[in-house]
Amino acid sequence: MSYKRSLKSFAIILVLAALAAAQDLASFEKRTTVKTLDNGLTVVICERPEAPVFSFFTHVDAGSVQDPLGETGLAHMFEHMAFKGTDKIGTTDYAAEKVALEKVEQDYAAYIAERDKPVGRDEQKVKELQKAWTEATTEANKYVKPNEFPQIVEMNGGEDLNANTSDDETNYFYSFPENRLELWAYLESERFLHPVMREFYKERNVVIEERRMRVDSNPIGRLLEQFTTAAYQAHEYHRPTIGWISDLNTFSATDAKKFFDKYYIPSNMVVAVVGDVKASETMPVIEKYFGRIPSRPKPDERTTTEPPQNAERRVILQDMSQPLYLEGYHRPDYRSPDDAVYDAIADLMSNGRTSRLYRALVRDKKIAADSAGFTGLPGNKYPHLFAFYAFPLPGHKPDEMAEAIHVEIEKLKNEDISDEELKMIKTRAKANLIRSLGSNEGLANNLAIYQARYDDWRELFRSVDRIDKVSKADIRRVAKQTFVPTNRTVGIIETRAAAPAGDQRGGAQ
Amino acid sequence: MKSQLTRILLSAVILVSAAVPRSAAQVTDWQQITIPPLPAFHPQEPKRIELPNGMVIFLQEDHELPLIDGVARIRGGSRSEAASKVGVLDIYGEVWRTGGTKTQTGDQLDDYLEIRAAKVESGDNADSTTISWSCLKGDFDDVFKAFNDLLREPEFRADKIDLAQHEMFDSISRRNDDVSGIASRESKKLAYGSNNPYVREPEYATVAAVTRQDLLDWHHTYVHPNNIILGVVGDFDSASMEAKLRKVFGDWPKGPAAKEEKIDFDSAKPGYYLIAKEDVNQSSINMTELGIRRDNPDYYATQVFNEAFGGGFSSRLFKSIRTAQGLAYGVGGGIGSAFDHPGIVRIAMGTKSSTTVESIQALYKEIDNLKQNPISDEEIKRAKDSILNSFVFNFDSPEKVLRERMAYEFYGYPADFLERYRAGIERVGKEDVARVAAKYLHKDKLAVLVVGNTPDFDKPLSSLGPVTNVDISIPPPPGEKSEEKAPTKPAVSEAESRGSAANVAQTARNQNSR
Repeated sequence: MSYKRSLKSFAIILVLAALAAAQDLASFEKRTTVKTLDNGLTVVICERPEAPVFSFFTHVDAGSVQDPLGETGLAHMFEHMAFKGTDKIGTTDYAAEKVALEKVEQDYAAYIAERDKPVGRDEQKVKELQKAWTEATTEANKYVKPNEFPQIVEMNGGEDLNANTSDDETNYFYSFPENRLELWAYLESERFLHPVMREFYKERNVVIEERRMRVDSNPIGRLLEQFTTAAYQAHEYHRPTIGWISDLNTFSATDAKKFFDKYYIPSNMVVAVVGDVKASETMPVIEKYFGRIPSRPKPDERTTTEPPQNAERRVILQDMSQPLYLEGYHRPDYRSPDDAVYDAIADLMSNGRTSRLYRALVRDKKIAADSAGFTGLPGNKYPHLFAFYAFPLPGHKPDEMAEAIHVEIEKLKNEDISDEELKMIKTRAKANLIRSLGSNEGLANNLAIYQARYDDWRELFRSVDRIDKVSKADIRRVAKQTFVPTNRTVGIIETRAAAPAGDQRGGAQ
Repeated sequence: MKSQLTRILLSAVILVSAAVPRSAAQVTDWQQITIPPLPAFHPQEPKRIELPNGMVIFLQEDHELPLIDGVARIRGGSRSEAASKVGVLDIYGEVWRTGGTKTQTGDQLDDYLEIRAAKVESGDNADSTTISWSCLKGDFDDVFKAFNDLLREPEFRADKIDLAQHEMFDSISRRNDDVSGIASRESKKLAYGSNNPYVREPEYATVAAVTRQDLLDWHHTYVHPNNIILGVVGDFDSASMEAKLRKVFGDWPKGPAAKEEKIDFDSAKPGYYLIAKEDVNQSSINMTELGIRRDNPDYYATQVFNEAFGGGFSSRLFKSIRTAQGLAYGVGGGIGSAFDHPGIVRIAMGTKSSTTVESIQALYKEIDNLKQNPISDEEIKRAKDSILNSFVFNFDSPEKVLRERMAYEFYGYPADFLERYRAGIERVGKEDVARVAAKYLHKDKLAVLVVGNTPDFDKPLSSLGPVTNVDISIPPPPGEKSEEKAPTKPAVSEAESRGSAANVAQTARNQNSR
């Protein structure tokens, strides 16, 4: 028995050594190639010949933070437009369509100018101009081959075709069988070479429905919008990515094209390709197609710095839903030397059933259904929030959540975490990295983002080393520095009863 | 100032780069791009082992990463729980793990596993329960021991039952907080019948009725080797893993086979169903009727139909309702299927309150249009291309191959079902698609459920036909009057539940997809 056991632990040591050899940075160095094209676009290719497929991830370093004033939601709107095709895809006659689309823009500008006149608006004229614009739209739509761009992707076996926009960035991705590599390179480069703003105003309605779904008709969405707006008063993070409704009802295809021209420039983009590809064959194909995108200078990257918060802010929603407690503290951006310390704190407080918030609020005090802390609200490229939340169990109030969370925060500040806890955090960071390496999609995503953010995909691996260096003293120091009441914004949902049941009720199925 | 400068620089640079066009062989049309044949790819099949006691084991080696993961799927799930104890399987699925083993409490297990960055988790489904692990390969013996102890001798400690019950109470109280949760739950009830075991909801009373003995009884009734399919994937050697598993499970005696009762599916009568919700500005519309089983010979034609009618960006619903009319962000639908019971035919969308009735009519128009303009050869080709060209993604990782094989084994489908699927799709023709559309999707048989803010509708729902109001108020806990708890349990509100916590972080990150 004892012989077996000692043999086993020896085996583990061997395995851990092997593990390091198989999955460390060096092994990725051998199969990962980075190249910055002449136009400034960065390409990362990682060979992972597990199956005859590949995934890609196009990262554009512009998100809703870059939305111009009065045009919130524009970054996200453009993302939708990137599925509308090009001058060759999605049209029956581009020359004629182009003229028709120009007419749409002229008519729209005239309509908006009259609609938004503060003084002397002529309602009759508004109607006429609106009608003219609507007719121009109908005319332009005659040339549209609806959804041809995504249709080509789908017909060719594209999988998980989608895109997303956040405060920080916009990402485009899908997977293809490996024999479609050149087709992909063509489609993805054309999309950012010759985008056409067709069907813009119909798509704007789609985006407004998205807003209704995610924010207006969702209690957590409603709270988060108010909460983030309250936490940020100066920095652009106060703008909702989805956009304010008046902006959504106003901005134009011309505005979207301007946004594209300014931010969708090669030096602002990283394209990662992962799968059954060879860099030696793939890079020239990518270069041939993506190299056509004209280089332009980097856009103005100024943002307003959020001044230090010096008083707690509270947002309390009286809502027709069960209660929720949320609080956030300002912290520095992802490049901060303490970034890994925040990650360690998030892991300690939230990860699994050993986490401090689960044990305190859920298991021991039995006051919450769930509670956790996380970093990266609403983004992480700029100074952002470290947030905590708890869902009170029936009969418990948000204030109890606040109190219990604060007890745990005070412990972080005043007592060293245990050796076991520190070991758990570090082991988990390593294991999570390994688990993240097993899919083309996940790898493409990570490599593109790390390359974009740090100018070096290797930081994906080094992030684990940084967590490995976190000390008990670091955690106390950072907690003390960050989690103070004046640096706090609180968001609460309090339950409001529905209107008295009456005419709507009864007649069960 | 800087942006002014940018603009000037910009125009200069555009000229420069436009003056340096790339190679002459520039492709201008996507159709000119040659697509080489996809190299032959034969995914590695897992090794199937059947022990004398009836336990089926699949071993799938995957040496890419130093991990070993496994899952045991055990016959018997919530569709077999007693109506008076709906929710007992949810509690079982959680406390199986959290309640610990004879030798370790759940909390001790938490520490034991987390220090190894490993997981052992249990869960429940309608037809089965599962217990799984995930670990670094060096920790396999330690973690597998915890897995096996839980599988064989779970303790279901009382404190964790109490905890699980309170979490269930919370999830009941929150189930009317979110429109999409209400809509999917209630429309499923309309399709299957409100007492159908697939749609019964846990209530305060049924959850409170659950005892430790219920969990032990369930375990002793169902967890026998002959009811278990175990799948293991990762960085191991099959021969030594097989030897190890035979040793661990070989002497486990057979038990009674899991019984399955007959389940009735009684769809609600066709017509309009309404749930009024005053705090929303978007209506959720769900049209449903009973769908088919996957072993139905029509399955392949329905898959092609679904792709063409309500699948991706190229589908009719997406093109018409979303792209051309701008009525919805989310819209889709099709003839749903399941392995061993009928799926649900569903067409669903969300639209602003003031286009609710207009949208229902627009969906009807799409259904009618299927007769006037049947899905065309071109649409069928696109749909088939889409399914067949993406076919490789069904088995592009050893883990996916394992998962498929385990599902076929569980439901008694042939091991080569995926290959048959490909052949079946290839054979589908225009008349098949028209036939299944007419056979399974009937405008006059749909139950149309609307969850929305009624005063803002473009027209009353009753302008379309008689409307049945659906009562979703939550029955109060036994012994409590609803008035006393009124502030925390509004009669009308929304759902999502145990997932809601994770949603905060997710919603917070504000990723707006396509």
